[in-house]
Amino acid sequence: MFNRRKMLLWGAASAVLPGLCASVPARAEDAVKIGLILPMTGGQASTGKQIDNAIKLYMQQKGDTVAGKKIEIILKDDAAVPDNTKRLAQELIVNDKVNFIAGFGVTPAALAAAPLATQAKIPEVVMAAGTSIITERSPYIVRTSFTLAQSSTIIGDWAVKNGIKKVATLTSDYAPGNDALTFFKQHFTAGGGEIVEEVKVPLANPDFAPFLQRMKDAKPDAMFVFVPAGQGGNFMKQYAERGLDKSGIKVIGPGDVMDDDLLNNMGDAALGAVTAHLYSAAHPSQMNKDFVAAYKKAFGNRPGFMAVSGYDGIHLIYEALKKTGGATDGDKLIEAMKGMKWESPRGPISIDPETRDIVQNIYIRKVEKVDGELYNVEFATFEAVKDSGKTKK
Amino acid sequence: MASILTNLFDGVAYGMLLFVLACGLAVTLGLMNFVNLAHGAFAMAGGYICAVLVNNSGWPFFAALPLAFVGSALIGIALERTLYRHLYSRSHLDQVLFSIGLVFMSVAAVDYIMGSSRVFIKLPAALEGQIDLFGVGIGRYRLMIVVICGLLTLALQLILAKTRFGSRLRAAVDDPRAASGLGINVPQVFAFTFAFGCGLAGLGGALSAEILGLDPYFPLKFMIYFLIVVTVGGSSSITGPFLASLLLGIADVAGKYYVPKVGPFVIYTVMIVILLWRPNGLFGRTAAR
Repeated sequence: MFNRRKMLLWGAASAVLPGLCASVPARAEDAVKIGLILPMTGGQASTGKQIDNAIKLYMQQKGDTVAGKKIEIILKDDAAVPDNTKRLAQELIVNDKVNFIAGFGVTPAALAAAPLATQAKIPEVVMAAGTSIITERSPYIVRTSFTLAQSSTIIGDWAVKNGIKKVATLTSDYAPGNDALTFFKQHFTAGGGEIVEEVKVPLANPDFAPFLQRMKDAKPDAMFVFVPAGQGGNFMKQYAERGLDKSGIKVIGPGDVMDDDLLNNMGDAALGAVTAHLYSAAHPSQMNKDFVAAYKKAFGNRPGFMAVSGYDGIHLIYEALKKTGGATDGDKLIEAMKGMKWESPRGPISIDPETRDIVQNIYIRKVEKVDGELYNVEFATFEAVKDSGKTKK
Repeated sequence: MASILTNLFDGVAYGMLLFVLACGLAVTLGLMNFVNLAHGAFAMAGGYICAVLVNNSGWPFFAALPLAFVGSALIGIALERTLYRHLYSRSHLDQVLFSIGLVFMSVAAVDYIMGSSRVFIKLPAALEGQIDLFGVGIGRYRLMIVVICGLLTLALQLILAKTRFGSRLRAAVDDPRAASGLGINVPQVFAFTFAFGCGLAGLGGALSAEILGLDPYFPLKFMIYFLIVVTVGGSSSITGPFLASLLLGIADVAGKYYVPKVGPFVIYTVMIVILLWRPNGLFGRTAAR
C-alpha cells in the first residue's frame, strides 16, 4: 500500500515538475495543434494512410515550424464512421484545444464535424470527402480535395465532343455514385448524348457479371462507371473477361476508379480507359516529378489523388498561418485561406473565395503503359474548374 | 437467346463457387452441430496464401491452388486442436461469440500484415477472356470454376457415401456415443472433417479472389451468403447445399440481369420463400436436433 502511494506521488511529481521547471512562457501558445481525423482502419484505410503519409512528407520537407510556431499533428482514427468522427472532433477541440481539424475520409464524416467547427470557430480542412454540399455546412470549412461534380461534368462534356453518342451507365448505389451519375447525365444529355441503359449496382456487390452482360447487350459506344475505389480492379477485370474491351465499348468515368494507388494491380484490362480527374502521378510538371519521387522514396509506393489532397491541405494551413503571422483566430485563418492560389503537384489550384471550395484543372487521361507500369496519361486539360454542384444555384 | 445461356452459365459458376466456399460450413454446422461464423476467415486465408505464392513467389496459379487448400486446412486443424474443440459442448451462443470474435481478429490481423487494399491474383493468360461456344460467351475462368467445383462435388459425394471414412463420419454424427462405443475415434474424425472443410473454404477463397474480390473484410462480407446457402440447402447432406448454391447463384445472376433495380433482393426473397415453405431447408431433416 505504502509503496503504491509513494509511486503515485512520484508519478504526479514527475508529471508536474518539468512543467514548472520549463521556461515560463507556456509551450501551448507557441504550438499550433492540428487535429487530423482520418480512417486509418477499415475499408477506407488507404485514404487515411495516403493523407497521413503526404502530411508527414510535407512536414519533413518544409520543417515543423511556421511563423514561429511549432506545428503539432494529433492523428485520430475514425474508421470512416461519422459517430466516431464527431466524438473525436469534440475531444480534440475541447480537451486538446486544437486550432484546426482536418482530414475526413468520407462525406458523412466531414458533415458530422461541421457543426463543431462552426461552434468552436476553428477551420475544418477537408482533405478527401467529395460531395458538393460539404462546404455549405459551415463557414469554417475549406476543401483541398475535389468534388465529384468537377470530374463528372467534365467527362460528360468531353464525351459528347469526342464522338461518344450512346452511353450506358454503371454506378454504385450510394451518395457519391448517385452524384457522379446525376452530374454526368446533366452534361452529357445537354450536349446531345443519349443514355441507353442505367444500372445502379449495390454497394456491397460481389459479382459484376450480370450487370456487365446487360451493358454488353445494350451495345453503347461507352460505359460510364463509378464504383468505390477498391472495386475498380474487379470491375476492370470482369470487363475484359466478358470481352467488352474487344466489342469496342470504352470505359469512361470520374478518375476515382483509376486511382493511382490501385491502377497497377488492375492489369492490362485497364488499358485505354478514359477518365477525368484532378491528379495523375504521371502529371508532367517538375514539381510533381519531385513529389512522386520523394513520396515513393519515403513510403515505397506511388501517391494517389488522396495523397496530393493531403499535401495541399497541410500546405494551405502553413500558408494561412504565415499570412496571419501565426495568429490562430479561426475567422482570420479562414479569411487568409480564401482566394489563396498556389502551384500544387497536381497543377495550379486556388481556393474559391465565395464557396471556400477548391478550383483546379481537370485533366482527361487515358490509361497507358509507361516503363512497364500503368499510368493515367493526361492528354487534355479543362482549366480552373469550379464546383458546378454549387455554381448552379 | 445467347445472353440467356451466358447468364445461366454465369449463374452456375457463381453457384458452384458459393458451394465450395460454403460446404465446409454445412459440414461443421450440419454434421458437427457447431456454429462456426469464422468459416469465411479460412476462405480468406486460402485466398491470401494463393495470392502471396503467385504474386510474390512466382508460383504458377494451378500449383498454388492445392497449397491454398493445404494451408487453410493446416490452420483449421491447428485452431481446431487448440480452440474449437473446447467449445463443442458449449451452447450455441458461446460458439457464435467465440467465432465472431475470431472473425474480427482475422480481419485485423490480415489488415495489419497485408494492408487493407484489394489483392488480385495474377492469372495465367489461358484463363483470361471468353470462349465463343455456338454464339454463347463462356468465360474461361468461370469454366474452370465449374469444372473444378463439379469434380470436387462428385468426389465429396463419393467419399461420404462409399468410403469407410464416410460411414464413420456419418455414424459419428448420428450418434457420437454409440460410434465411440464401436471404436470409432470420434474427435479425430471431427478434427479431420473440420480441417477438410477449412481446406475447401481456402480453395474457394483462392478461386473467388478474381470474381468476388479479396480484402481483409472478406469473412464479414460473405458470411451472410454462406449462411444462406446452408440454411436454404439444409445441413444434413452435401446435395442440399449444392442445389441451394446453384439455385441461389442462378437466381442472383438472373435477377440482376433482368430486373437490375431489385436484383440485389432476389437472393434474399428466394431464401425467405424457401424457408417459409420448408423451414429446415430444401433437404433438412424434419426433426431438428
